[in-house]
Parts: sequence; structure tokens; C-alpha cells
Amino acid sequence: MTRAIERREVALVDLLDRVLAGGVVIAGEITLSIADIDLVRISLRALIASVRVENEEAGEGDLHDRREGGPP
Amino acid sequence: MNGSLATWLYAVTAAPEDGAPPRGLTGVADEPVRLVESAGLAAVVGSVPLADFGEDALRDHLEDLEWLERTARAHHRVINGAAGHGQVIPLRFATLYHDDDRVRAMLEERRDDFTATLRRVAGRTEWGVKAYVDPRSFLPDPDEPAGGEESPGTAYLMRRRAQRQDQETAHLRATERAEEIHAALAALAVATAAHPPQDTALAAYEGWMVLNNSYLVPDALGAEFTALVTDLGERYPAITLEVSGPWPPYSFTAPPKRAGDAQPEETPS
Repeated sequence: MTRAIERREVALVDLLDRVLAGGVVIAGEITLSIADIDLVRISLRALIASVRVENEEAGEGDLHDRREGGPP
Repeated sequence: MNGSLATWLYAVTAAPEDGAPPRGLTGVADEPVRLVESAGLAAVVGSVPLADFGEDALRDHLEDLEWLERTARAHHRVINGAAGHGQVIPLRFATLYHDDDRVRAMLEERRDDFTATLRRVAGRTEWGVKAYVDPRSFLPDPDEPAGGEESPGTAYLMRRRAQRQDQETAHLRATERAEEIHAALAALAVATAAHPPQDTALAAYEGWMVLNNSYLVPDALGAEFTALVTDLGERYPAITLEVSGPWPPYSFTAPPKRAGDAQPEETPS
């Protein structure tokens, strides 16, 4: 199955895969001490935290139960 | 605007003949985008306030999802816009220099690398393909549960172990299919790059992401590539495929590995 994507803008997760982890790395002068790995980690931590909060607020807690369910 | 400015870098391109910057583009600080030229190359840059883009400020901002999204999209918008005028090499988000002279010096210093990369990505486009599966589709057929006379505790443990084994089998099967899909797609690409599976909450999916790759595809094969994704989606109904792109070559800016990597350097078409 192929999912048709008709977004006007690209998905943020796909963008971050590329913008934060791709592109030429030049040791710029100002962010010299923010290593690559930090850039990704800091941002993802923020993202994940905020998404989790949204999910909890939406009251959808049963995502995890499915995993354990095994074959129906 | 008070305060000092820094130069934010978006991309490197071949210096345009007319020296004109891409028109109407604004960057991460809403600043007009301009070109800094040297050594036959041009850096696509903008001047941004240090108050917002200095190291400490950046560190704080990176924890702010709204800021990150807005700024990442602005970075991408400029790169995409510049790509409309000629081949670009995207630069990593948050590459900052104190002034344009330093940027010129950097262009000179790295001219050979940039020139080689520009040649390598010329006439080629990055496409992203992700594959998701519902693990349940890959579970082994439920045979008769083994045993019958064990104590409830033992039976429970055995059932748990069987479930775990089934999960492993399902994962193996799904991964094998993903590898077949990848091999078919890679046949149309001159290079491939793997991204880690995305966080389920971030990407809003359930199940397993068994593929999150980028493919550098010759422009002439772009339609064939996306059609192949559709074909593969039909051939593997238990796998959901998602294609994204065309992208500027974010994932293909590093020099190719010496051995084993798909294609030797060829004369650009």
C-alpha cells in the first residue's frame, strides 16, 4: 500500500531528519560548541516532550496496550 | 535593529553569472537573503541578530518546539528557493559566522570539496521513502498452543515466551521485506542514506517503521522512482510506503565512502 501525501508543506519529522542531521557540517564560529549530536538531541528532546504532553492532554493513553496484545 | 549581527548560512551554490541573490527570499530571522561570493562559489546567507542566534540563545530556542519548527521551515524554504536557481548544497541548520569575510575565507578553503559535491549531486534529486508495518501482519500462523498439562504459571510463561518469539519472527520478516524494497529502490539511485526510525509519537504512527531512507536519484528517473514506490506498495500490501520529496540533497553532502558505495565518480551528464 502506498499512502498518498498531499501536504502543502513537508512533514516536520521528515524535515528535521534532514535539516538537523543532514547538510554539510562546517564548524561555524558561533555554534562551535554545540556539537552535531547535541543539536539533534536537544531538539528532539523538546519535540518529544511537547508531543507527549499533547497526547496526554488529548487523553489517548491506550497506545501502549496494543503492543502487548499479541495476535487478536 | 540594534545589537550585533551574525551571518547564518543556508547553502552553497556555484556563483551565478549575474551575481544576483534569489529574489524575495527571507530567512530564519525574516531577513533578506543575499549571496557572499568567493572562489567561483556563492554562499546563500542572511544576517541574523546575535541576541536571538548566539550560542546561548540558540540552545534555549532549540528546546522550543514552535521556534524550532518555524526556523527549520525557514531554513528549508531558503534552501529550496535557492535550489530553483541552480544546484545547491544545503548546510546544516545553525551554521553561523561572525561576518562575511569569514564566510569568504571558508569558501576558499573548502572550494575543492564544494566543487566536488556540486558535481556529484548535479542533475540528481533526493527522495525520501518510509515503510511502516503493523506487526500483526507478520506474525507466524498461530499453531496450536504447545503443551497442555502445565501448571497455569508455567503455561503463562510459555505463552509469554512464544509471544516474544513471534514478535522476533515478525520483526525479522518485516525487515526482510523492507530490505527487498530498499534493494529495488536503490537500483534506481546513485546513492542511498539511512535515517534512524522516527519516534512513534513524533511521526504519529503505530507499529514499526522498518525503512526511513533517502535516495539520490537522477532527475531523468524521478517519475520512474515514484512510480516504483507505488508498484512496491501494491506488491507488498502489508507494508505502508510513504514517499517524500523532491528534496534538496540534504542527505548526500558528505563525500561518498571509498569502497562499496554505489557509484564511482562519473562525468556528470
